[in-house]
Amino acid sequence: MSADMTADSGAGPADTVDAARSTAPAGGGTSAAEPSSGAIEGRSPWQLAWLLLRRDKAAMISLGFIVFISLVAALAPLLAHLIGYGPTDQDRTNGITVDGLPVGPSSAHWFGTDNLGRDILVRVIYGTQVSLLVGVASTLLAVAMGVLVGLAAGYFGSVVDTVLSRAMDVVLSFPFLLFAIALVSIYGSGLGISVFVIAFFTWAAVGRIVRGQTLSIREKEYIEAARSLGAGDLRIMFVDVLPNLLAPVIVYTTLLIPIAIVFEATLSFLGLGVVPPTPTWGNMLSDSQDFYQVAWWFPFFPGLALLLTTLAFNLLGDGVRDALDPRAGRLFQD
Amino acid sequence: MSDDTRANESGEALIEVRAAVKHFPIKQGVIVKREVGRVHAVEGVSLAVRRGETLGLVGETGCGKSTLARCVTRLHQLTSGQILFEGQDITGLSRSQVRPYRRRMQMIFQDPYGSLNPRRRVGSIIGDPFAIHGEGERDERKPKVQELMELVGLNPEHYNRFPAEFSGGQRQRIGVARALALKPSLIVADEPVSALDVSIQAQIINLLDDLQQEFGLTYLFISHDLSVVRHVSDRIAVMYLGQVVELADSEELHGRPRHPYTNALLSAASVADPDQAAARQRIVLTGDVPSPVAPPSGCRFHPRCPKAQQICVEQVPALKARSGDPDTHLTACHFPVEPGEDLTRVTATIPEEERAE
Amino acid sequence: MLRFLLRRLLSGVLVLWLISVFTFGLFFVAPTDVPRLICGRLCTQVQIDLITKQLGLDQPILVQYWHFLERLFHGDLGYSYYNSESVNTLIASALPVTISLAIGAAVLWLVGGVSIGVVSAVKPRSFLDRSGTILALIGLSMPSFLIGILLLYFLFFLLTTHGMAWFPPSGYVSISSDPLEWAHHLVLPWCALAFITAATYIRLTRNQMLEVLGEDYIRTAKSKGIARRRVTVRHALRAALTPVVTQFGIDLATLLGGAIVTEQIFGLPGLGRLAVTSVIRQDQPVVIATVLLAAVFIVLANIVVDLLYAVLDPRVRLT
Repeated sequence: MSADMTADSGAGPADTVDAARSTAPAGGGTSAAEPSSGAIEGRSPWQLAWLLLRRDKAAMISLGFIVFISLVAALAPLLAHLIGYGPTDQDRTNGITVDGLPVGPSSAHWFGTDNLGRDILVRVIYGTQVSLLVGVASTLLAVAMGVLVGLAAGYFGSVVDTVLSRAMDVVLSFPFLLFAIALVSIYGSGLGISVFVIAFFTWAAVGRIVRGQTLSIREKEYIEAARSLGAGDLRIMFVDVLPNLLAPVIVYTTLLIPIAIVFEATLSFLGLGVVPPTPTWGNMLSDSQDFYQVAWWFPFFPGLALLLTTLAFNLLGDGVRDALDPRAGRLFQD
Repeated sequence: MSDDTRANESGEALIEVRAAVKHFPIKQGVIVKREVGRVHAVEGVSLAVRRGETLGLVGETGCGKSTLARCVTRLHQLTSGQILFEGQDITGLSRSQVRPYRRRMQMIFQDPYGSLNPRRRVGSIIGDPFAIHGEGERDERKPKVQELMELVGLNPEHYNRFPAEFSGGQRQRIGVARALALKPSLIVADEPVSALDVSIQAQIINLLDDLQQEFGLTYLFISHDLSVVRHVSDRIAVMYLGQVVELADSEELHGRPRHPYTNALLSAASVADPDQAAARQRIVLTGDVPSPVAPPSGCRFHPRCPKAQQICVEQVPALKARSGDPDTHLTACHFPVEPGEDLTRVTATIPEEERAE
Repeated sequence: MLRFLLRRLLSGVLVLWLISVFTFGLFFVAPTDVPRLICGRLCTQVQIDLITKQLGLDQPILVQYWHFLERLFHGDLGYSYYNSESVNTLIASALPVTISLAIGAAVLWLVGGVSIGVVSAVKPRSFLDRSGTILALIGLSMPSFLIGILLLYFLFFLLTTHGMAWFPPSGYVSISSDPLEWAHHLVLPWCALAFITAATYIRLTRNQMLEVLGEDYIRTAKSKGIARRRVTVRHALRAALTPVVTQFGIDLATLLGGAIVTEQIFGLPGLGRLAVTSVIRQDQPVVIATVLLAAVFIVLANIVVDLLYAVLDPRVRLT
């Protein structure tokens, strides 16, 4: 026990104290142990992360690609107008052979046409809209829900935690795709239900991560400090806990978007997503199943668009994770 | 601490703790959690902190002093007992009822790294009390916060920095500024300097001293380090296993420690004067601090006490003034140490199984 | 240990029960006219009333649910609305297909993923490592139906048109009738599943290995002069594999519940296919049974994984 007690501080504090008396601004004359950190003014952890991210070439290219396809999605009608075909226009003269088969890439149809003579380029462009919309919307919904539930479970603990954690267990034990298909078959397919179904099955994963993080943050002394100042639960949860969760949540969001996009494409592929004739990458690939042997371009372009998009989001997600938490990243890669 | 605060010695109690008990249940179970035991963190503590004074609370890690502090500031709910703030019983108040009192008593925490939210800017951390108690608009707060920063010796231009950009001592100043924001009457400082370098400790202690004089603050100052406490406190309470074993004026306690435990603490603490240090015998206690889950019977110190006798195993000694002591010097011991007595030469006369090995 | 098992089993049962309630409720409130679905458009009202009565659909939901549970405890999953076949029979015939698919793919992805991950970790930044990383990234981003289409195009269509009909495009042959044909028909689906799943294992193994290889006790082992291979395999891999085991349990269980897309593309009559067709036919007893079965696999896997975790990692205490 004596080790505790001998911590030397009795060595005449009275002498040093007066010399170091400091109501002057810090750094203005205090000891060397308290250096004034000079020129750099308040660079936030986010700015540092952004600087790191900018050095990651793969992530920056991916970000560029994501910006590009977002523009494509936003400008889809304009692009279609420039190309000269609508997403459901059937070109009966140049777009289909006499046998009723798709026509390959040509100057009239850069990406070729599908089995109904529709321009694949225009349809891929329009498909971007659905993929991004469903991907981003369902992810945001899932993250919002996961954060709320995880935060509540981790922060309040006890009964609240037991109930919410059990709920998350149940959702995570659902056969994901199977149940989604069942839901869609009962309540009909469409954009809205796709978003809802995808969000419903992904929020629990976010919730679990947020809960775990909250549990450890809750024990931090600054939470106790906030409580001793008289802060209410809501204020502590959103002002003190939430900012500390943002890093993992942002990483998870970027990595969840490609999962949601693939999920949407899978639903569409199985004929349970957005209703035809609205083009999506998934239903284009589904339509192409009977034609891939004679028209490679039919599955190729929507497949490529899908793969590049998910790849870009995954690469960006990796980059963001490395930037926000360098330790958890790809350890030896530069 | 200083002569003008000493004048308040007989002043009324700003905060008073009466027979405070805090137990933490230990739970276990498959589905339904059963209580299988209790940690007896605080066991019947009565204390009063007078307006304007600094009361030091010393004890080893785990003796319940931090728990007591958290009970006083109502971060923990007492198991039984009372807490009075300016004579008002605040023990049973709900969270919203206790809010007005929170403005009047603030805490400074031990860990300058853990007690500041790493993701928030210093300005917003120090401005937190204003925001929480709805004082001033957002833009009115900034000058107030900067004024506080200046007061505690921080550069107000660092308003937008993050805690990570400050050193340990500077961070503790941030914690002090936050505690000071609402002009509280009582500041409970839970080991405010023990995480800092020795040279920085002195600065923070001095800052606290200056602030006390300027604003007439009352401190409940907690530390495991008797020499730090001696320097800042008007009175000192020594805690052992959840109980106060000795309470006296700072100089009195150092000059005439009566409880064997206090004697042991003092002999372990380093002494500035080498002559005195050489003259003093170190009292080495046997064994470890017993578990607060199953504290010893009678006097809780008996398994380690060199003076323990049978009565110490059976009866809890009262905390009261012992013969020859002033009324302000209270000791909870059946056999208080006499001045000049050499504790290294006595041996306990209690059965072997009652003693710590 | 026993106490842990008991608690996990109890909570597993609770989860399954909640899922059954949820699934049942979902179909109960569904706007589907079951009797009409069963006997077609030309049914008379009398026939419809008869069917309603037979299925107990006129009774309150709690009673229906009770009957469902009752039958469930007797091991009876009910009868298909679509062709009146026993659901038990349907599942019994689909299960071997899915098991064959899942086990084969699991072996492939586990061996492939872990070995690529180990090689990557042992020589970080080498050519092999970079290839492994890129492969993992593509696998992670690849939708399962896309890899299916790709395999069909290259390994079935292109080869076949060039006179090398090595792989059949679809179908299933049971292992008892012809083990060689069984494997032959499953090679493509195995590869498709393994490719996308292995990605996770490459990453997981690599990251874990790198972390473990950087730890003190590995350096101690190396400095003691233990051969590099021995350090890698005996010391590092063992420690790194724990999270891989967790992931494996969950992935395998999910697959056993039905590899919906892969079975669809390669025309395998497994649980996933059964589920999709019953969903489309609104064949509720079959759908509920498949959903529950899949959930049972997942819940069981979670328990097994926790137990294995304790065996592999002595630091973990089960309480």
